[in-house]
Amino acid sequence: MPRWSRSVSAVLPVLAAGLLLAFLLVPVVALGLSTGLGEALAGLRNPLAVAALGLSLFTTTCSLLVVLLLGTSLAWMFARRTGRGWRALATLVQLPIVIPPAVSGLALLLAFGRRGLFGAWLERAGIGLPFTTAAVVLAEVFVSAPFYVQAAAASFRRLDPSLLLVARSLGAGPARTFFRVALPLSLPGLATGAALSWSRALGEFGATLMFAGNLSGRTQTLPLAIYTAMESDLGAAKAMSLVLVVVAFGLLLLVGRRAQSFLGGQSARRAP
Amino acid sequence: MLDARLELRRGPLRLSVDFSVGPGPLLVTGPNGAGKTTLLLAVLGAVRPASGRLVLAGEVFFDGAEHINLPVEERQVAYVPQDSGLFPHLSVRDNVGFGLSRLAPSERSARVEAALCQLGATAVAERMPLSLSGGERQRVALARALAMQPRALLLDEPLAALDAPTRVRFRDFLAEHLRRLDVPALVVTHEAEDARVLGGEMLVLEGGHVAERGHVEVLREAPVSAFSRAFWAQH
Repeated sequence: MPRWSRSVSAVLPVLAAGLLLAFLLVPVVALGLSTGLGEALAGLRNPLAVAALGLSLFTTTCSLLVVLLLGTSLAWMFARRTGRGWRALATLVQLPIVIPPAVSGLALLLAFGRRGLFGAWLERAGIGLPFTTAAVVLAEVFVSAPFYVQAAAASFRRLDPSLLLVARSLGAGPARTFFRVALPLSLPGLATGAALSWSRALGEFGATLMFAGNLSGRTQTLPLAIYTAMESDLGAAKAMSLVLVVVAFGLLLLVGRRAQSFLGGQSARRAP
Repeated sequence: MLDARLELRRGPLRLSVDFSVGPGPLLVTGPNGAGKTTLLLAVLGAVRPASGRLVLAGEVFFDGAEHINLPVEERQVAYVPQDSGLFPHLSVRDNVGFGLSRLAPSERSARVEAALCQLGATAVAERMPLSLSGGERQRVALARALAMQPRALLLDEPLAALDAPTRVRFRDFLAEHLRRLDVPALVVTHEAEDARVLGGEMLVLEGGHVAERGHVEVLREAPVSAFSRAFWAQH
């Protein structure tokens, strides 16, 4: 191989990697550089931002609670049952991860909207979901739950089945076996799943816009407020974006470390 | 007294056994896939037989004809898997006390201390299982099993995970404890030397059937099956 060809083949991968790395980091750096601390603080005082911040915090807390409460049971079922039907169901539940959020929003409307599948039934019960804060929570649960369920089920599947059997042989019923053995041993994986799920809910935009609308104080979460502020107050948009970037970065650190300690714990357990 | 007449299919295995065991150990051996572990799991209640009857000290655990199948947690049968099965997130003391949650706290801690003392594990009571040596882990697992005062004991290759010197020491220790046992114990082993030291009655499983049954010394003197001859020729 001629020398020039060798040096090209050495440089080319480095160039390609550097290009993508720069492309991924530059926009975030630009956001940080273009927003001074004073501007960010002023932007956050915009009534739009204040309301959106509170609403996002409230709705994502609600959706996380729903996801944890219902998702843990579902993940446990997926991990414990091995039939083909259950495996198919476990795959199906991942659908919201891959379908576009706007489609999720439309699907939610067609299910729970006034003229949706359950619309008449909900109306008779006096429940109107679309364009309410509850709709925001539903949209967030819909798009974020699969992340938690997937991580939690994987974590439960990694459990040593003989430990669960030993617990039962020691007189522990299914509930005590779950809470005293399965849950504590899977906690790092569950926490990682919860963090991923929460960050997905926090960034939720499309499904919320379609199903819940963009009403300040009621359904306008941070991502929707950023979109709205782009037209009136760029400073506020930048400030809110920075908040989301900082939160996301914190979660990334948390999840990264959690995942590491989780893997470390696993390998330590296998050591003789 | 444990009376077992069990038929079951699990993967390629067709287990069909009929035997009784009184207080004390019954060693179970046989080639890989002969159904040793499956037999333990069936007695434990983790694997449901297709038919048959399992009775321990007069209580019916399983009866295919009468649709009786007592769940694992109600059988009061202690099970120690190959790698000791200690809960890695609980201290040694909490591991040993795990099966005693229904007792009053004072009685519970007295029982835990007695079990730890009996098995020489008091010194490691505050340690976490991952920090224990293989031999210590098996002692604690045995302490946990005996603390619940089981009606039967199931040990799946209790010596397999130990290195050679630890194995020899723990083997003598285990033999002594098994001799003192007043409940039936099924002990799976695949080492002739282990069987010789542990002693007592022995059951040879082959292809899911009981191929031989008798006292270890008798079987050793006159092995019948090809597996038995190879087994006793190990040393």
